[in-house]
Amino acid sequence: MNLEQQFQDKIDQEIKIEPRDWMPEEYRQMNIRQIAQHAHSEIVGMLPEGNWITRAPSLRRKVALLAKVQDEGGHGLYLYSAAETLGASRDDLIELLHQGKAKYSSIFNYPALTWADIGAIGWLVDGAAIMNQVSLTRTSYGPYARAMVRICKEESFHQRQGYEILLTLCRGSQDQIDMAQDSLNRWWWPALMMFGPSDGESTHTEKSMNWKLKRKKNDELRQHFIDVTVPQAEFLGLKVPDPLLKWNEEREHYDFGPIDWEEFRQVVAGNGPCNKKRLQDRIQAHEEGAWVRDAAMAHAEKRSKRKEDALTNRVA
Amino acid sequence: MKKEWPLWEVFIRSKNGLSHKHAGSLHAADAEMAIENARDVYTRRNEGVSLWVVESRHITASNPAESESLFDPAMDKVYRHPTFYELPDEVTHI
Repeated sequence: MNLEQQFQDKIDQEIKIEPRDWMPEEYRQMNIRQIAQHAHSEIVGMLPEGNWITRAPSLRRKVALLAKVQDEGGHGLYLYSAAETLGASRDDLIELLHQGKAKYSSIFNYPALTWADIGAIGWLVDGAAIMNQVSLTRTSYGPYARAMVRICKEESFHQRQGYEILLTLCRGSQDQIDMAQDSLNRWWWPALMMFGPSDGESTHTEKSMNWKLKRKKNDELRQHFIDVTVPQAEFLGLKVPDPLLKWNEEREHYDFGPIDWEEFRQVVAGNGPCNKKRLQDRIQAHEEGAWVRDAAMAHAEKRSKRKEDALTNRVA
Repeated sequence: MKKEWPLWEVFIRSKNGLSHKHAGSLHAADAEMAIENARDVYTRRNEGVSLWVVESRHITASNPAESESLFDPAMDKVYRHPTFYELPDEVTHI
């Protein structure tokens, strides 16, 4: 058996691949790409919500949102670390993001216009992300799978806090109910797009599935998401903005209307409502923080040198 | 000046009585900052009572490609296991 067959054999037997194990270069690159994209999504995902921290309607909502946004930062870090075990450098990954050469989830290019959007993001965006991430806890690359386990444990509060926000609005005044409905209208379709194009059109699917980088197909995850989410919308008393949405007794799944993939392509290509703003904010934060990173390093070097000098003097 | 902070490995003792276990890694300028970052990143939900951080470059790892020969000496020594020794059923508590 050659190395590549041995490698596939391990994957078929559900043996995880660990950092120093032999792996095909393409597997390494596909993992770096996928993990980095996932990490960037966590970091950029902090932006639309961070916008609402100072305007949260109560202290309870504010501490929850603050904790959620901090979690997203942490999740980005677990993922960057997983990518680094494959030999990628953190600085290079971030550089690629800032140059617009690396992707992040297109959902974060939509604006969070109202407080209800914070509810919808937690419920739908985190909900869709969890569905994907739960399947990735079984991905073949060990450090990625372990990061996913940790992330999934933390994410469930995100979705619940979002749903609770909408539940409160839906039990409130007519204006609050309208605000909740409006946010569902705007976030429903972009949330469905988060699972990516249909499997027939996705270029990486086959290899990803063979190498167990992906465990479930895009359409399968999307269907599952719709099936669990529609009853939650009904409980809120909100209407899912899809006239073709209907329970199919035979399939035991919801049928749903066509997704506007042209919109998806446009947003991915950089023409979404907030693409420029998101990247600009990321770059600004990174550049304005540069002196802090440099100062910390200079301070650490000075201290370690002082320690060394003291040691040398004592020996002398 | 452009310089990436060094990489550190983080180990967490989840409660007294258990050993420290590898949790992940992070970047920090020095050990003190690594401990603080580890607290913020890996123990936001009471995951630990103690932290270790070790700069990644100080860890020497065995080579997976040589793991067969490395661990081979343990393979054929069944006499290191209690089941190797045949005792009559009448003998108890042993």
